[in-house]
Amino acid sequence: MAEVDNWYYSDKVKEHFLNPRNFLVEDPKDGEFDAEGEAGNMACGDIMKVWIKIDSETKKIKDFKWRTWGCASAIAATSIFSVMITEKGGMKIEDALKITPQEIIKRLHGLPLRKIHCSVLVDKAFHNAISNYLENKNFPPPPTLRVGYG
Amino acid sequence: MNPIKFLEKQGCKVTYLDVGEDGVVKPEDVEKALRPETVLVSIMYANNEIGAIQPIAEIGKILKNHRAIFHTDACQAAGYLNLDVEKLGIDLMTVNGSKIYGPKGTGFLYAKRGIRLKPLMHGGGQEAGLRPGTENVPAIIGLSEALAKVQKRRVKESKRLIAIRDYFIKRLTKEIPKIFLNGHPKKRLPNNINISILGVEGESVVLYLDEAGIACATGSACNSEKLESSHVIMAIRNDYAYSHGSLRFTLGKDNTKKEIDYVMKVLPKVVEKLRKISATWQK
Repeated sequence: MAEVDNWYYSDKVKEHFLNPRNFLVEDPKDGEFDAEGEAGNMACGDIMKVWIKIDSETKKIKDFKWRTWGCASAIAATSIFSVMITEKGGMKIEDALKITPQEIIKRLHGLPLRKIHCSVLVDKAFHNAISNYLENKNFPPPPTLRVGYG
Repeated sequence: MNPIKFLEKQGCKVTYLDVGEDGVVKPEDVEKALRPETVLVSIMYANNEIGAIQPIAEIGKILKNHRAIFHTDACQAAGYLNLDVEKLGIDLMTVNGSKIYGPKGTGFLYAKRGIRLKPLMHGGGQEAGLRPGTENVPAIIGLSEALAKVQKRRVKESKRLIAIRDYFIKRLTKEIPKIFLNGHPKKRLPNNINISILGVEGESVVLYLDEAGIACATGSACNSEKLESSHVIMAIRNDYAYSHGSLRFTLGKDNTKKEIDYVMKVLPKVVEKLRKISATWQK
């Protein structure tokens, strides 16, 4: 029989799109997170917001939550990124800042070519959140931080 | 719109008319835009995205005493509206087969007697010298049969679909908050439902519905080749939240009210879920 269940996206994208992980359910309470960041715009059709909680001792990401308005690949990219930086006890800030859109796409088992530029914005939102966090704490920004990125 | 843009590139002077919030062209705007040297007025009979039915007969009346040739694209209209070209005052009319259950790849251009056309492709000599290539007789017969059939049942079928369409729109606007109908509620094709759902993006909704076996379309940029959102929704709303959040359901001869009930079982839950993770939805 012919394959009729062929999705435009990879199975990994589909899985994270239909079952997104780590999104923010309730609006955050005061002090629940250390900083937030945003990326995207209305005209392009993708906006994502992220919230981070940092362990001030270890500089590891203790919690990462997000909300995304956008297409399937935007939702899936945000969801998989949240897994990438919180798995195995949480990534260190400096390592998390090195994650590239290409690595996110790889974890998603690829994205359609024309979707790459517009839908992988979560790393930008994350950089903005870290920038806000460092500013609040009066920490100097590391060279890997891209301020105003995206 | 692209054929007109092509003419513009060839040096023709073009006036583009705006539509109102309901997606309908105002006949007085056509009158105002007419110049003595205007040679062609082209207005679609019904819009493919929001189903807006244009006042073709009124515009036809305005053009009666003008030299301009009046063309209408009736592809979306052919299954439901009156195609009496004399009553409508039409000189040229386009109809295609795929919208009326005819063979795909077929279509015709009606031309009023006396209008002389030039071929776009040269050679052969078939179809009165207008289109080279051996005539595809089964396709021609298929198209003409399809048109005869839909026109024969158009009044009855329109009545049936309008009841389903209005039932669907009523339930949508009642059961889902912040949902807006695009286009005029009555001056629209019997088979067209186009809505904007705020706080969600169209492609996501389409894919969730697809998972549930429901097929529909969106004007969101994410779903287009050029990554631009619908110019039609932008023309009437001028707000990206509406164009990216737009959904179009098109009804056909096999759709029933029962299927609408199924959609209404699925769609509110999908919207609720996507709004929960949305960055633009105020909880």
